[in-house]
Amino acid sequence: MIISVASGKGGTGKTTVSVNLARTIGSGVQLLDCDVEEPNAHLFLRGRETGSEIVTIPIPEVDESLCDGCGECGRLCRYHAIVSFGSVPLVFPELCHGCGGCTLVCPRGAIRETGKRIGVVETRDANGISLIQGRLDIGVAMAPPLIRAVKTRLSREMTAILDAPPGTSCPVIATVRGSDFVVLVTEPTPFGLHDLRLAVDMIRELTIPFGVVVNRMGVGDDRVHRFCRGEEIPILLEIPDDRRIAEAYSRGELVVDTVTEYASHFATLLWNIREESQKYR
Amino acid sequence: MKIAFTTSGTTLDAPMDPRFGRAQGFIVYDTENDTFEAVDNRQVLNSAHGAGIQATEAIVRQGAKCVVTGHCGPNAHRALTAAGIRIYSTEAPTVAEALEAYRAGALATLNAADVDGHWS
Repeated sequence: MIISVASGKGGTGKTTVSVNLARTIGSGVQLLDCDVEEPNAHLFLRGRETGSEIVTIPIPEVDESLCDGCGECGRLCRYHAIVSFGSVPLVFPELCHGCGGCTLVCPRGAIRETGKRIGVVETRDANGISLIQGRLDIGVAMAPPLIRAVKTRLSREMTAILDAPPGTSCPVIATVRGSDFVVLVTEPTPFGLHDLRLAVDMIRELTIPFGVVVNRMGVGDDRVHRFCRGEEIPILLEIPDDRRIAEAYSRGELVVDTVTEYASHFATLLWNIREESQKYR
Repeated sequence: MKIAFTTSGTTLDAPMDPRFGRAQGFIVYDTENDTFEAVDNRQVLNSAHGAGIQATEAIVRQGAKCVVTGHCGPNAHRALTAAGIRIYSTEAPTVAEALEAYRAGALATLNAADVDGHWS
């Protein structure tokens, strides 16, 4: 089973939910940190690094001796990553999405693909939890190819938890696509609700079963609850605005390890996720 | 010869836009018959990436041989240079004054990008 943990708003507690849920499952679980611009799950799941692999995307390389400057490549590329002004084309690697279209459309066969490094995928063994995290290189804007590289490590034999980036754009879609269930983490504030609505629209578009975790209960108001009730969205867990959670987080500890009552809260969350996903079978 | 000025307006007394790729638009002035045409660049202005490259493509389509602007980023500079377009920098407040400075030979050539991408 693949469970994605996402949110519209940043800072609602995706990583907290992801790492504690992984620990609750215990062993034989994968945790994929797909927030490749700022991976942080490793701060909570320390362990032995077992591997690091460089990820590249294919970018065009033009053989000047074959190119006649026809400009077909530039007319095809909607990202303007390759342009020709009647001469050998210019390549702008940071704009290239690696689709390979220019190599196919070139009538002279003058374009071949070469790898451009965008980041690494690191694997770590943390007491039964297999942590796989992408780390995008500084200055690289293209997260989805690295997220897809992280997801190629998914094992169908284990439960996998995918810690998604915030927002509702391409990197989030790249993460949650193919999941069996999505947990949307929010907080009971106007900001939390605003971004939750966007996230709900996105997940419904992808037709993946989902539920909501309300974090920091006690701050804000009841508008997230009213929204969920009105939309018939299950609330899987409410996490109180508890200083002990922040303290554990600040020390890089898991709250299920340090405050016993949270072990049962997260067990309930896992139970609710399995119950809810059953309904869609 | 056609010269492209980056501007936020559509007339010669319109203010210059100091940005190149993300200029509101261009006035393409033809020095042979002293006529000009306004070109809208707002679609490019709103694109996430590659504005300088797309603006260069627009200018090439207009047949301009040089650009008068405020600043120019690295991708735009590479594209304009490859397209054989000369780049001039000015702080003139309006298109008319920039044109006057161009005619007086008072404009500095930008031989390299003078700002980063997405600088404004």
